[in-house]
Amino acid sequence: MTSLVIAEHDNASIRPATLNTVTAAAQCGGDVHVLVAGLNAAAAAQAASQIAGVSKVIHVDGEPFAHGLAENMAAQVIAIASSYSHILFPATASGKNIAPRVAALLDVGQISDITKVDAADTFERPIYAGNAIAIVQSLDATKVITVRTTGFDPAAATGGSASVDVLAGVADSGKSAFIGSEIAKSDRPELTAAKIIVSGGRALGSAEQFTSVLTPLADKLGAALGASRAAVDAGYAPNDWQVGQTGKIVAPQLYVAIGISGAIQHLAGMKDSKVIVAINKDAEAPIFGVADYGLEADLFEAVPELVAAL
Amino acid sequence: MKVLVPVKRVVDYNVKVRVKSDGTGVDIANVKMSMNPFDEIAIEEAVRLKDKGAVTEVIAVSCGVLQCQETLRTAMAIGADRAILVETAEELQPLAVAKLLKALVDKEQPQLVILGKQAIDDDCNQTGQMLAALLGWPQATFASKVEVADGKAVVTREVDGGLETLALTLPAIITTDLRLNEPRYVTLPNIMKAKKKPLENVKPADLGVDVAPRIKTLKVSEPPKRSAGIKVADVAALVDKLKNEAKVI
Repeated sequence: MTSLVIAEHDNASIRPATLNTVTAAAQCGGDVHVLVAGLNAAAAAQAASQIAGVSKVIHVDGEPFAHGLAENMAAQVIAIASSYSHILFPATASGKNIAPRVAALLDVGQISDITKVDAADTFERPIYAGNAIAIVQSLDATKVITVRTTGFDPAAATGGSASVDVLAGVADSGKSAFIGSEIAKSDRPELTAAKIIVSGGRALGSAEQFTSVLTPLADKLGAALGASRAAVDAGYAPNDWQVGQTGKIVAPQLYVAIGISGAIQHLAGMKDSKVIVAINKDAEAPIFGVADYGLEADLFEAVPELVAAL
Repeated sequence: MKVLVPVKRVVDYNVKVRVKSDGTGVDIANVKMSMNPFDEIAIEEAVRLKDKGAVTEVIAVSCGVLQCQETLRTAMAIGADRAILVETAEELQPLAVAKLLKALVDKEQPQLVILGKQAIDDDCNQTGQMLAALLGWPQATFASKVEVADGKAVVTREVDGGLETLALTLPAIITTDLRLNEPRYVTLPNIMKAKKKPLENVKPADLGVDVAPRIKTLKVSEPPKRSAGIKVADVAALVDKLKNEAKVI
């Protein structure tokens, strides 16, 4: 029994979500191999070989993998899939895009967003936006899985010494092409990997106030910035800051919810945070029902005061 | 050019579901059911493509119980031209739905299938990608912008950290994200008109598809409750708690 983890990387380094996925793979039992498919990704493959608990890295390099196109990535996974009992992807935008393609080509069901491994064929996963937890058993020979990273501790990024096998990659599908991307450059920590998140809601009132009120606090705490769906829909914050069922699932050490009422779909994305702070002037806001520390106050006064006190 | 749009009947997004006491699932008896919100966006996008002249016919499809007809009528009220129900009372998992849809694609020969990125009941986020794989078609998931011209679909996608644009050679699969469009309000005249549009009923066996589940649900339970903490009086008290009690800053 051997598991294959599909690494998420930027060719130079391994993204943190990969480490949580390695932990989930190890819990499935047996050896853990990691596939690094990219363009000029030798450094990322080297980094993957250092991850504790990984026994082999498969490095595939070439133009078809430059932008992680699902057609090419899935074909590459299929090319090596027969050696594996479990194939695991982080439940990121990229993993969610590729994994079902792999499952369908193998004619197996996929288990999405697992938060716990109960046995080699039995897993826990949230359904209905986290309002229920299902324990499910796969009846297929190969388990194709996406891993909710907040459910698993990251494997140590160093300490391992896996072999790196270089394989020839599959050809380009010729059916899809990458045109371009607009990825926001930021010095802040990545939302899903941040230890502290400062998140704002519709009560911020405008994009300008969202930035002017929350940025000083995030700077002071070294935090990532997040937003509720309401704030994103209102245009106060970009969509990739969205925390919730339809956005990102986060579980930082500290989550500071500012002017967020606490809709079910938002709570689904952050309720596993270790400590939750809510600042809201509405005493009845549902967010206070999950907050460890609630401060009933006008955010426009309380947040600057908090920045000054830190 | 035809577009196929699969739609799912799910518990309305405003309903807070309750787990059944015997742990076999969630209680959906006497609960309001609606079209999956992402699928509504998919139908809206297909109808807009038709309005722009890029598409000639929009076919809505639903797989499930007889009541899915209501969901299909809603799709036709938004603007779909006709509908197909694949009727079964069996539990349908994403792979089975993808196989049913593949059989319909083989029959109807659309150039584009637009699906919601995920259903808000099982939160799987699989069917579109699986259908793309079974057909050998390219895919663009989590779309926030779609343009169709000259045998290609140019799609802007929501990815971690921002946006990405892909060009797909048709035929292709697109799955919708929230910001793609805002579905129109369904008017009474359009609801009346939808009642007269054709709705075909087929069975999985007619399509030669085995829909047996591949994943068995052993138990469904309530998530662990997070208990409310305390309210603090002021900012100074908050800072003190975070530093000395929670020790997170």
